[in-house]
Amino acid sequence: MMAPSLETVFATCRRQQRKALVVYVCAGDPSLACTERLLPRLAAAGADIIELGVPFSDPMADGPVIQAASQRALAGGASLEGMLAMARRLKATLTAPVVLFSYYNVLMQYGVERLARDSAAAGIAGWLVVDLPAEEAAEIAPALDQAGLCRIPLVAPTTPAGRLGKVLGGAAAGGFVYYITVTGVTGARQEVPPDLAHNLDQLRAHTALPVVAGFGVASSETARLVAAHADGVVVGSALVKLMAEAPDDDARIEAATQFVASLAAALRAA
Amino acid sequence: MLCLMKNYPHDGHFGPYGGRYVAETLMPALLELEQAYLAASADPAFQDELDALLRDYVGRPSPLYLASRLSEQCGGARIYLKREDLNHTGAHKVNNTVGQALLARRMGKRRLIAETGAGMHGVATATVAALFGMSCDVFMGAEDIRRQAPNVARMKTLGAQVVPVTSGAATLKDAMNEALRNWVSTVRDTFYVIGTVAGPHPYPVMVRDFQSVMGREAREQILRQAGRLPDAAIACVGGGSNAMGLFAGFVDDAAVALIGAEAAGAGIASGKHAASLSGGRIGVLHGNKTYLLQDRDGQIIETHSVSAGLDYPGVGPEHALFKDTGRAEYCAVTDAEAIAAFQTLCRLEGIIPALESAHAIAAAMARAPRQAKDGILVVCLSGRGDKDMNSVEEYLAAHPSERLA
Repeated sequence: MMAPSLETVFATCRRQQRKALVVYVCAGDPSLACTERLLPRLAAAGADIIELGVPFSDPMADGPVIQAASQRALAGGASLEGMLAMARRLKATLTAPVVLFSYYNVLMQYGVERLARDSAAAGIAGWLVVDLPAEEAAEIAPALDQAGLCRIPLVAPTTPAGRLGKVLGGAAAGGFVYYITVTGVTGARQEVPPDLAHNLDQLRAHTALPVVAGFGVASSETARLVAAHADGVVVGSALVKLMAEAPDDDARIEAATQFVASLAAALRAA
Repeated sequence: MLCLMKNYPHDGHFGPYGGRYVAETLMPALLELEQAYLAASADPAFQDELDALLRDYVGRPSPLYLASRLSEQCGGARIYLKREDLNHTGAHKVNNTVGQALLARRMGKRRLIAETGAGMHGVATATVAALFGMSCDVFMGAEDIRRQAPNVARMKTLGAQVVPVTSGAATLKDAMNEALRNWVSTVRDTFYVIGTVAGPHPYPVMVRDFQSVMGREAREQILRQAGRLPDAAIACVGGGSNAMGLFAGFVDDAAVALIGAEAAGAGIASGKHAASLSGGRIGVLHGNKTYLLQDRDGQIIETHSVSAGLDYPGVGPEHALFKDTGRAEYCAVTDAEAIAAFQTLCRLEGIIPALESAHAIAAAMARAPRQAKDGILVVCLSGRGDKDMNSVEEYLAAHPSERLA
């Protein structure tokens, strides 16, 4: 069985009257072998979409939790080649679509066109490139179009309404829109920003794409609050942290699976 | 005058280099900054205020000094030093921080942040923050805090907070990562004062324009003092702000060679260096596309230089373009050559240069003998070396045979 398309995932969620659960996993933290065992378990526990983080030496948009995860992954020998090989092996069985979440330099050094082809062959649905705003997106858009992949646009709380057309309308933009809930780096926060509901409502009025919200979502409670104004939520740092605290891979996978199951349950009730 | 409309990259690119490779969160701030900068540059009142501060506060123009004894020992071209070490705060960095602080005030920002390597840009930012009554946080690698202790004390005395950065090699690159992270979180009320001609557009062009005062002065001065243009303009290149400032004065004079001296550390072949133009590949870091020191997978590698201010894996995008077009040439100067030049300048001219600037001196010392006696080299002495006494002593203790008798 192949993973459904991103479009199908959101259609299914709508039909089931629930919000999509998107989980971020830093590939290769602490080893690609662990990630390979983890992903099918997370999908089975209720993760609708998996953001596969490509480790980078200088993750400028990430807080300390994901910085540390990237360092562990690089120390463990993770590479884009290894990630793609893993994705190819999982392709036939994984029930949730995978998108790459990366800084641009790693993609650029692999070669954008070659990576687009290899991504498609590995069943990857799209790329989310943190440091490639609409102004620079032409670097990857033709290759993504050619390979039938989407470029997932990011919108921030600082993005003015007048800029949304440019951000959302660029070439190859699709899949879903990632709304960054906080003006800051990744990492768990206690509270939901007061302007969140307004910003999400405004954003959804500008796009037909599903909108997922992430950065700072750490618990079932915040996931529910954020989901009320979005089509899905992303949980990243909280999951990475939980895994980092576990003593071994078995415990890591068990803890992550339970956490994702609890988040999925919360979103079914949202 | 800011020579703004000349060579202004309207899409933020220098050929294939430059750009704005940042998180969407920062894009609106960069667009706002560019608009504010364009408006300020076209405003005579801004220009007047900048000129007055550069004259009365920084102490410009800085002298162009004929280093006769150094020239004599090299046995060739006459070497002129552009004395940025005599500026207030002791380096060229203040030319840029005065400009950016004026812009920050115009934009209504009350807090400045900066990254620093050797600490000169941090000191220059802390200085203007005090002058304008703004709060200031300087991000500095823990290793640099150790090797540049005098500058840390100066920043704190000026009222700035020095935030230690422990990630990576705990040097300039890591400080810039942390400054960018802080800016993402505080972008609504904070102005990020980048100290070099790198980073996302409009920083490379803005910093170049603010630093171009050096090149304009040097061109006028050499014409007045020597009656002709130099054969070459030479400066050290880490990110490349003092070099781009000097080059800006001569870029249209095709007969003037522009020479950048990168930090070769223990030698390019050793892999322990910071020479991104000489030994790097094209990539994207800190908001711009340029030459970077990186591994096959695109992971940035740790750099090595005795000089904290050059210890950086990237370089400004306009330098990348100058390398490709051949308008400038870039050489690499080892730690040993820089330390030798440092000691030579101290002994022959009574000038203690910053270790960064010592790389440019070394490049000039290598070139001067190859030029005719009537040749002229203009070298940017970008800063003073008081901050480096510990680093030099540490180096010479480990390499006793390199100590000048």
